[in-house]
Amino acid sequence: MTRKRRRLYFLVLGLLAVSAAAALVLSALSEDIVFFFSPSEIVDAKTPTEGRRIRLGGLVGEGSVVKEGATVKFDVTDGAHTIPVVFTGVLPDLFREGQGVVTEGRMEAGTFQAAEVLAKHDENYMPKEVAESLKKTGHWQGDGTTQN
Amino acid sequence: MIAEIGHFALILALAVAVVQSLVPLAGAQRGDAAWMAVAGPASMAQFLFVGVAFAALTHAYMVSDFSVLNVAQNSHTDKPMLYKVTGVWGNHEGSLLLWITILALFGAAVTAFGRNLPPGLKARALSIQAMVSVGFLLFILLTSNPFERLDPAPFNGQGLNPLLQDPGLAFHPPFLYLGYVGFSMAFSFAIAALIEGRVDPAWARWVRPWTLAAWIFLTCGIVLGSWWAYYELGWGGWWYWDPVENASFMPWLAGTALLHSAVVVEKRDALKSWTILLAIVTFGLSLLGTFLVRSGVITSVHAFASDPGRGVFILGLLTVVVGGSFMLYAVRAPSLKVGGLFAPISREGALLLNNVLMATGAGTVLLGTLYPLFADALDLGKVSVGPPFFNSVFLPLMVPMVLAMAIGPLLAWKRGDLPGVLSRLKLAVALSAAVAAATWVLQGGSAGPWWAAGGMGLATWLFLGTLAEFAERVRLFRSPAQALGRALALPRAAWGMTLAHAGLAIFIAGMTASSAWKEEKVQTMKVGDTVEVSGYAFTLAAVRDVEGPNYLATEGTFEVRTGGELFATVTPEKRTYRQPPRPTTEAAIVGTFLGDVYAVIGDADPQGGGWVTRLYFNPLVPWMWAGALIMVVGGVVSLSDRRHRVGAPTRARGSRPAAAKA
Repeated sequence: MTRKRRRLYFLVLGLLAVSAAAALVLSALSEDIVFFFSPSEIVDAKTPTEGRRIRLGGLVGEGSVVKEGATVKFDVTDGAHTIPVVFTGVLPDLFREGQGVVTEGRMEAGTFQAAEVLAKHDENYMPKEVAESLKKTGHWQGDGTTQN
Repeated sequence: MIAEIGHFALILALAVAVVQSLVPLAGAQRGDAAWMAVAGPASMAQFLFVGVAFAALTHAYMVSDFSVLNVAQNSHTDKPMLYKVTGVWGNHEGSLLLWITILALFGAAVTAFGRNLPPGLKARALSIQAMVSVGFLLFILLTSNPFERLDPAPFNGQGLNPLLQDPGLAFHPPFLYLGYVGFSMAFSFAIAALIEGRVDPAWARWVRPWTLAAWIFLTCGIVLGSWWAYYELGWGGWWYWDPVENASFMPWLAGTALLHSAVVVEKRDALKSWTILLAIVTFGLSLLGTFLVRSGVITSVHAFASDPGRGVFILGLLTVVVGGSFMLYAVRAPSLKVGGLFAPISREGALLLNNVLMATGAGTVLLGTLYPLFADALDLGKVSVGPPFFNSVFLPLMVPMVLAMAIGPLLAWKRGDLPGVLSRLKLAVALSAAVAAATWVLQGGSAGPWWAAGGMGLATWLFLGTLAEFAERVRLFRSPAQALGRALALPRAAWGMTLAHAGLAIFIAGMTASSAWKEEKVQTMKVGDTVEVSGYAFTLAAVRDVEGPNYLATEGTFEVRTGGELFATVTPEKRTYRQPPRPTTEAAIVGTFLGDVYAVIGDADPQGGGWVTRLYFNPLVPWMWAGALIMVVGGVVSLSDRRHRVGAPTRARGSRPAAAKA
């Protein structure tokens, strides 16, 4: 086998791997990525959200958390609009009223059925998307991301 | 005073690093032995000064000197001593100081153990190492000074995040950093070789032990982190494809590929420029990992609070290091001499396939991790890329790699005989198919996920293929009497490979089973209630309040019965720490050969309906930890091989021009 043929082999192998990866990535990007929405964006309904798996982020509404056994109901708000959320499971340890939260799930008839409430390691941490959507609606207070 | 000494020592270290990054490199270019000899003492001095700084900060933590801002923000007098010490790296500034300490340690180790290194290569590698040091020391001194004072000093500190007050996480950052920073050695040697324009088997023999050591540490670090997430976060999961996790996984993939391609350079003098590229990419990904974790540009489920200004600095550093290296690579790589030739079907060919797939895998993980950034910049909307993406992209790429992993070691160097190897693996093929079929039947056909049978079959295939290679090496079936003697006489590197590959097979089995057949039940339970999960009946026997050294906890006592017999009594806790006031979940886990029994207690139901509990059966999870441990043991055994001993090798074919001149 000559040098040229080895280089060719190397190239073919690389191209095969990359094109297989590209095909997988493209099919996954159309199905497996999850878009982030603020409560206002869901209410605006520019993009239909009903039934799609999405992330919803905002602040947990003050006084909105109601626990019924393992099921928790709470509101996610960005100041302008509020979306009711239903979640069954144990909440992350740092879940609190008035704090930022990101949940993942589906909108069903005006209620967000959360499959996951994402945890944080640090109570000062505010998810970037939440901070930005709060800034948009003018409900941003202070800069919670620079602690530490 | 001691804090000021620490700060001053860091400045001295910076000065030394600047000298070390310039003088030996210039000396090597000019062939000036005296200038090159600066590298040794300079690297030792740099380690000494950084060590003094690290000791000063550790001292401040141990005596709880709250006049140091960093200590006041992250420590508390009530904390157990272990967590006072590990609190040193439980924050941004301290963890960077740990990073630079390890970097200096590796530099000093090259000087201490690298007596046989050609002076030119050593001087250049230590100069490159010092350039990385300069970058990080500047970063610490300019943006993240751990010795900043606080006046007046508070009476007590704000405490360490209780999630971090845990043995698994206490040692996770040092191992991770030993891995990340360890790859800087391969990087420095690669750049030095590019400057010299010479890569040969001796070069690979010098680089392999450093890469192997870094790989061992990184594997330990990732597993510790994953194990911690499994028992501390109380979700019953162990890997979330979170950006912070991906940040450590990408260098691991690239580093694993590097480990294997360095073998080809050493044994066959081939794949040289590819190996150099991998060394650059691996360290680049390590820096990128630091950037992702420390800058907060990507929303992560377990992100840390962070400062974008610092992120910009690391991004700049990353650009300089990676951009500069690639430029040098583009200029110099074509002049590297092409080495040994090989047929596509050969051991080299198999290792190359492994490399290409690993690199592609790392590329897809990189794409998925950074995609949210691109999407945001291009206004495609705010997206998150989670487990479904990685599972459907990364895992399929690994299937052909694992298939080839069983075959590769059986192929001969240069030109292999694939049909011959496959006929020797007939039994393994048959048994793997049998395991896959049995799995399918046992899970009730399509009642379980379709890929479970494939995963178990693949694990069996890799395990048997690895055993077959080992059996052939010791001629287990041809002359069993002498097999034991032959096994003991095998080079440790051969043992290392067998162990690491077998460990991966066990890991794959554990990963498949725990993802496919995990059973989870969430409910409220009153004292006396019983819930059954996968044949284990959990009875909530009691709930009481307990007090720890710096927390209060609600402790649930579960009696777990299987087949009517008491199997275990477990006591998960929900803790509330006093300082900082923050709750944590302490899951109770009992491991068996077939899986983990896992219980979590949550909040009390406000209507008096009992407590929220989560009960799991996680099948074969102990196999994952065992498999990972075996992989690490394989790495350690291989590292203990005489031929890998750091500094042991000497250049085989004559001395090199630079060395001769010196």
